[in-house]
Amino acid sequence: MTDSKYFTTTKKGEIFELKAELNSDKKEKKKEAVKKVIASMTVGKDVSALFPDVVNCMQTDNLELKKLVYLYLMNYAKSQPDMAIMAVNTFVKDCEDPNPLIRALAVRTMGCIRVDKITEYLCEPLRKCLKDEDPYVRKTAAVCVAKLHDINAQLVEDQGFLDTLKDLISDSNPMVVANAVAALSEIAESHPSSNLLDLNPQSINKLLTALNECTEWGQIFILDCLANYMPKDDREAQSICERVTPRLSHANSAVVLSAVKVLMKFMEMLSKDLDYYGTLLKKLAPPLVTLLSAEPELQYVALRNINLIVQKRPEILKHEMKVFFVKYNDPIYVKLEKLDIMIRLASQANIAQVLAELKEYATEVDVDFVRKAVRAIGRCAIKVEQSAERCVSTLLDLIQTKVNYVVQEAIVVIKDIFRKYPNKYESVIATLCENLDSLDEPEARAAMIWIVGEYAERIDNADELLESFLEGFHDESTQVQLQLLTAIVKLFLKKPTETQELVQQVLSLATQDSDNPDLRDRGYIYWRLLSTDPVAAKEVVLAEKPLISEETDLIEPTLLDELICYIGTLASVYHKPPSAFVEGSRGVVHKSLPPRTGSSESAESPEAAPSAGQAAEQPAVIPAQGDLLGDLLNLDLGPPVSGPPLAASSVQMGAVDLLGGGLDSLLRSDVGGSPAMGGGGGFAAPGPAVPASMGAPLGSGLGDLFDLTGGVGTLSGSYVAPKSVWLPAMKAKGLEISGTFSRQVGSISMDLVLTNKALQVMSDFAIQFNRNSFGLAPAAPLQVHAPLAPNQSVEISLPLNTVGSVMKMDPLNNLQVAVKNNIDVFYFSTLYPLHILFVEDGKMERQMFLATWKDIPNENEAQFQIKDCSLSADAVSSKLQGSNIFTIAKRNVEGQDMLYQSLKLTNGIWVLAELRIQPSNPTFTLSLKCRAPEVSQHVYQAYDTILKN
Amino acid sequence: MLMRCGPGCHCPSPSPSNLIPKRVTSKESCQATDGKHRQSQKMIHSLFLINCSGDIFLEKHWKSVVSQSVCDYFFEAQEKAIDVENVPPVISTPHHYLISIYRDKIFFVSVIQTEVPPLFVIEFLHRVADTFQDYFGECSETAIKDNVVIVYELLEEMLDNGFPLATESNILKELIKPPTILRSVVNSITGSSNVGDTLPTGQLSNIPWRRAGVKYTNNEAYFDVIEEIDAIIDKSGSTVFAEIQGVIDSCIKLSGMPDLSLSFMNPRLLDDVSFHPCIRFKRWESERVLSFIPPDGNFRLISYRVSSQNLVAIPVYVKHMISFKENSSSGRFDVTIGPKQNMGKTVEGVVMTVHMPKAVLNMNLTATQGSYTFDPVTKVLTWDVGKITPQKLPNLKGIVNLQSGAPKPEENPSLNIQFKIQQLAISGLKVNRLDMYGEKYKPFKGVKYITKAGKFQVRT
Repeated sequence: MTDSKYFTTTKKGEIFELKAELNSDKKEKKKEAVKKVIASMTVGKDVSALFPDVVNCMQTDNLELKKLVYLYLMNYAKSQPDMAIMAVNTFVKDCEDPNPLIRALAVRTMGCIRVDKITEYLCEPLRKCLKDEDPYVRKTAAVCVAKLHDINAQLVEDQGFLDTLKDLISDSNPMVVANAVAALSEIAESHPSSNLLDLNPQSINKLLTALNECTEWGQIFILDCLANYMPKDDREAQSICERVTPRLSHANSAVVLSAVKVLMKFMEMLSKDLDYYGTLLKKLAPPLVTLLSAEPELQYVALRNINLIVQKRPEILKHEMKVFFVKYNDPIYVKLEKLDIMIRLASQANIAQVLAELKEYATEVDVDFVRKAVRAIGRCAIKVEQSAERCVSTLLDLIQTKVNYVVQEAIVVIKDIFRKYPNKYESVIATLCENLDSLDEPEARAAMIWIVGEYAERIDNADELLESFLEGFHDESTQVQLQLLTAIVKLFLKKPTETQELVQQVLSLATQDSDNPDLRDRGYIYWRLLSTDPVAAKEVVLAEKPLISEETDLIEPTLLDELICYIGTLASVYHKPPSAFVEGSRGVVHKSLPPRTGSSESAESPEAAPSAGQAAEQPAVIPAQGDLLGDLLNLDLGPPVSGPPLAASSVQMGAVDLLGGGLDSLLRSDVGGSPAMGGGGGFAAPGPAVPASMGAPLGSGLGDLFDLTGGVGTLSGSYVAPKSVWLPAMKAKGLEISGTFSRQVGSISMDLVLTNKALQVMSDFAIQFNRNSFGLAPAAPLQVHAPLAPNQSVEISLPLNTVGSVMKMDPLNNLQVAVKNNIDVFYFSTLYPLHILFVEDGKMERQMFLATWKDIPNENEAQFQIKDCSLSADAVSSKLQGSNIFTIAKRNVEGQDMLYQSLKLTNGIWVLAELRIQPSNPTFTLSLKCRAPEVSQHVYQAYDTILKN
Repeated sequence: MLMRCGPGCHCPSPSPSNLIPKRVTSKESCQATDGKHRQSQKMIHSLFLINCSGDIFLEKHWKSVVSQSVCDYFFEAQEKAIDVENVPPVISTPHHYLISIYRDKIFFVSVIQTEVPPLFVIEFLHRVADTFQDYFGECSETAIKDNVVIVYELLEEMLDNGFPLATESNILKELIKPPTILRSVVNSITGSSNVGDTLPTGQLSNIPWRRAGVKYTNNEAYFDVIEEIDAIIDKSGSTVFAEIQGVIDSCIKLSGMPDLSLSFMNPRLLDDVSFHPCIRFKRWESERVLSFIPPDGNFRLISYRVSSQNLVAIPVYVKHMISFKENSSSGRFDVTIGPKQNMGKTVEGVVMTVHMPKAVLNMNLTATQGSYTFDPVTKVLTWDVGKITPQKLPNLKGIVNLQSGAPKPEENPSLNIQFKIQQLAISGLKVNRLDMYGEKYKPFKGVKYITKAGKFQVRT
C-alpha cells in the first residue's frame, strides 16, 4: 500500500480517468484521485487541466483532503486565475473556522496564491488573523504580510499592515516575534530606504529576549536583524554581545554563524584594552572550529566565512592551524578552502608543520589540489622569510619526482621566490634547467624563460636554451612569446658578443611575423632602444625590479569590512558584496562596520589603522600592483592584456617613423625614465626633456658666491644667500643690480636691490627672463613705484613662478635676465641655488622611497663629500627640513648615523639622498639618486650651502 | 580588485554566474522576462530531488514553478566534478542559486533567488533528509517515491514562504502521522486520514520540542556517550592531528513533564559544546550541569569536541611497508595493526580500507586474521580484521601486481581505519549522576560508552 501506485495509471486517457475519479461520490475515491494528481505534480507533469475538478473537492471537512487541494491550488492558481476565484469563498470561510489550524492553513495558502483578484479578498481575513487570539495563527499571518507585500506592496502599505506587523515585534509569544522580524526584514530588503526596522534600544531588548525562547530558525532571523543595528556606544555593544554569546553553542550551524556575524561586527566598537574583548576573542574560536566537523557542505560555507574572519582578525584562530589539515577523503571544494586558510594562518611558529603537510598533499592524486599545494609552498616561502630555504628545498624535492604538473607548478612559484629573495637561491637554477623539456604549460614555460633571461649571466648555455624555445616561436602563447622576447633582449645586454644574431632573430619574429599588437609593440620598443642607446636600454631592461608583496590575494580592507557585515550570506561565499551579484537588488545598502568608540577613540583611528600599520612595519615590501616597471617591460607572466585595436593600429603606423629615428627624442625622454618609471615622479614640465648624457660642470660663480658668505641664513623658510652683485654699474650705464633668491612658504622670489649710480633719474623698469631649465618666470611685473634718483637704491622682491617656457641651460641653474629702463636694455646671467625649487610636499613615503631607491639604476647614483661640517644628525635634519629636504628615516649603523632624505623639484623630479654622518668626522658623505642625474651636482651644492650656513 | 559601481549605476553587475557558460533555455528566459515577480525575496524557492543517475524524481515549489531546466546547471557541475561527493554545494546560474546537499545517494537541490544565508538552507535541507529518515526508516529514492504524498505534505508543513515552519520531528508527527502498515490498513477501513487535525501542542509553547500528555508504562532514560576519534597519523607513526568528536545521544521515554539534570565527573573536559535547544544554558555556564526538559524519544543532547590541544590517546598503531619497485610491475604490501593502551578494553570491529593507486591491477595477499577483498575496478582494498588480540597481532601481507609498463605510482595510499571500543569514552568523560524533578515515578536510567574511529587516517 504505497504511494507509488499513484504513478501507475495508464498513460492513455490519464487525465480523463482522473477527472472521473475526482467527480466520484465516494469520499475515499476522491481523496485517492487528488493524491494521484499531486503525485503527478511532484514529478513535474502538467495536471492543470483538472483545476475545476480539484477545486470542487475543496469543500470538505476532511483536513487531509483540504490540505491536498490547497497544495494543488498553490501550484496552479496562477495559470487559472478565473477559476481560482471559485476558491475564495471557501478560504474566507476557513479563516473563521474555530480550529486555529484551519484558520492558519487558510490564510497561509491564500498568501501563496499569486492572483491579484484573490489578494483583494485576502485583506480582511488577514487583518483578523494578525490579531487572532491564537499565536499560531498570528505567526502565520505575519509571514502572510510579507507574501502579500511581494505581490502588491502598495496594497500592504495602504491597508496599514506594516504597522500591525511592527506591533507584532512586541508580541508576547517569541515565535510570533521571530516571524514578524523575518517578515519585516524581507520587506525591508526590497525597500532599503523605508525605515521599517527602526531599531532602538527598547526593541532590541525585546528581540534579545525573544532570541532565547524562539526556535532555531527564528533565532537566525533575529540575529540577522540584530546585526543591522548600530549600538550607540561600546557599553551597549558589549551588553548585546554578552547576550548573543550563548548562541555560539547552538547545535544549528546557521545560528552559530549568524551569532558570529553579530559579534564580529559589534566587536569593532569594543576597546581592545577591555578584558571582555579578549574573552570574546577566545569564545569565538571553538564554535568556528566545531563547524568544521559538520557535513562537508556546511564545512564549505563555514570555511569561506572563516577565510574572511581570519583576514580580519587572525588572532582568533591562530592556534587552530591543525583543524585545517586536509583529510584525503574530504571533498575537493573543502580541500582547496582549507589550504587557503592554512596559508593565511602560516607563521614562523607553525611553518614547519604546515610545510610537512603541504609536502604530503603534493603527492596526492587530485591534480587541482596538488597544484594548489605546490603553489602554497611558494606562498609560504614568500610569507615567512625564515622558511624560505626549507620551502625551496621542498620544491626541489618535488621537482625530482618528475611528475609533470608538479614540476611546472614548482617552477612557477620558484620564479616568485627569486623575485622576493634576489640573489639567494640561484643555485637551484641548474636543477630547473634540467626540466626544461617537460614544460608544456604556458605559465611554466614563461616562468622558466624569465628565470633564464634574468640569470643569463650565470647560465652558460642560456643562449642555447632560449634558442631552443625560439624554434616554435609562433606556436607559443602570447605570454611565452613576450617573455621570450624580453629574456633574449636581457641575454643580449648581458652577453652582447655571442647573441647578436639571436636578438635580431627574435626582434624580427616579434615585429615582422607576428599579428599580436602587444608583441610587436614591445619588439619595436626594444629594437629602438637597442639601436639608439644600448646603455639606456640596459638601464631600462635590466633595471632592478621592485619586490613582490607577500600576500597578493588579500581582500581589499574596505571590501573586507563590508563582507564581515555579510558573514553567513551568499556574499560571504562569493567574497563579493551583494550589490555585485544579487539580481534585482534595488539599491542594496552598503553595510559598514561600526566605528570604535569609547576610551581608545582618540588613541587610534579605527579600522584602516591596523592594516596601514602593518604595511608600514614592513617597508621592504610594496604591493604587487605597484611594480609599474616590472609590468611594463619585464614580468608580465599573468595573462596578457591586449590593447584596444585602435591603439594597435596607430602603433603600426608609427612604426615606420619610429625606425627612421623621427621619434628619437620621444624615446629619449622615456629612457630618462621619468614618466613611466618614476612611481609618481617624472618631468612635469612640458617640452623636450633633458638629454641623458648631459654633463653638469660646476658653476664657479655660484661656488665663489657661497664661499663668500658668512652670515646666518634665515631660520624660517629656506636658506637665503646674501645678495651679491649681478649687474655691475659699469656694464649697465650706471644701473647696479644685486640680488638673491629666496623661497618662503611655497613661493619663490627674487630679491633685488637696484641702485642708480648714474647721474640721471631712472624709470620705466621692466624685467624679463630667458627660457631656462625649470621654467622660472616673473609672476608679476617689476614694480618700481617712483623714478630712481641718482645714488638712490630701491629694494624689490619679485615673485617668481615656474610656469615659464623650459629650455635646458648650461649650467643647469643658469638664468638669463634682461632688465630694461628708460636708458637701455641690459642683459646679465646669474645662477640660482637649486633649493629654491625644493617643494614643500617633497616628503616621500617610506615604502615608496625604498622602492624608488631600488628602482633607480646604480649608474645614476652620485657621491659627494660635504667637508667641515660639525652638526649633529638631528641638527642636520632640522636644518635641511627648513629648506624642504625631508628626512624619511634615520638609522644608526655601526656608530654612523644614516639619514635617508627626499626632496622634490618644482617640475616633479624626485631626488633621494642618503647622508652618512660619522660622529668624530667633520666630513659627511652624501649619496644622491635621481632619475635625472644631472641635477645631483646642484643638489649637492644646495646641501653644502644650507648646512654651512 | 573589485571595481564597484557608484550609486544609481545600472550597469550589468559582474555576477559570479558569468563564470558559467550561459545556456539559457526557453523556460529560463521566460522567467527572466517575467519581471514583475522576479525580485521576490524568497528563502527557498523550490526543491528538486535528484538521484545519482541524474533523474529528477521529485520537485516542490513553495512559490511559482521554476522549470526543471534550472537543474541543467547542476548537472553540468556534476559532470565536471566527476565524483558525486565533489559537486560544489553552491552553484550560481543566471537567475538563481542552487544550494545542494548530497545525502544517501540523493541530491537535495534547492533553488534560491536572492541573498540568503547558505548555511540556513543547508541546515534546512539536512533537516528534511533527517525527517524522511525518521518517517520512512530510510532516506532513499524508493522510500520517497512510495510515500510521495506524505513527503509533499511534510515539505509543505516544514516551509512556508521560505520560512521554516515546523522542523521538530515531534511536532511534525502530530501534524502528519508517519506511515505504518497497520495505519494504512486502518485508514483504508475507517476512512480516517493520516493528517492530524488539531494544533500540535508543542508548536507554540516555550518547550516546542516536547508534546504534552506523554505516557509510558515503563519510564526509561538512556544516554549513549559516543566518541569518534578523527586523526591523521604520518608515515613515522606520530600524530599529525587528532581530536575527539563526541555526542551524547539520548533515548528518553518518560511520562509527563520530567525535568532532568545530568552531571559529569569531569565537566572541565567539555569546553567546546553544542547544545540541544532544551538545555538551560545559564545553568551550564554557572554549574556545569546539563539541566533540561527532554524531548520525547530519541534526540542528540549535546555534541562536543575535545581538541588536539588536550592529549588525545590513539588506541591503535599501524606498522606498514608498502612499496612499488621501479621498472617492475609489482610491489610489496605489509601491514600490521596493534593496540595501544586502552584501559584494558578490546579494540574490535577493525576494518581497514585503502584506495590503491590506479596502476594497481591486483593484490595477492595473506591475512593472518579476518578476510580481505580487493575491487580491481574501484581499486579499493578492504580488510575486515575483527577483534585485535594483543598476543597475536593481525597482519596482511603479499604482492601487489601493477599494470605492466605503467610508471611507478607516485603516491602512497592512505590507510583508513575503523574500529570500536565498547565501554570506553576515550576522552575520559564520565557521567556522574542523573536526577529527575517534576515527576513522582522512578525511571530506569542507563549510560553506555563507546569509542569509534571517525576519520582515522594513516599516511604511508
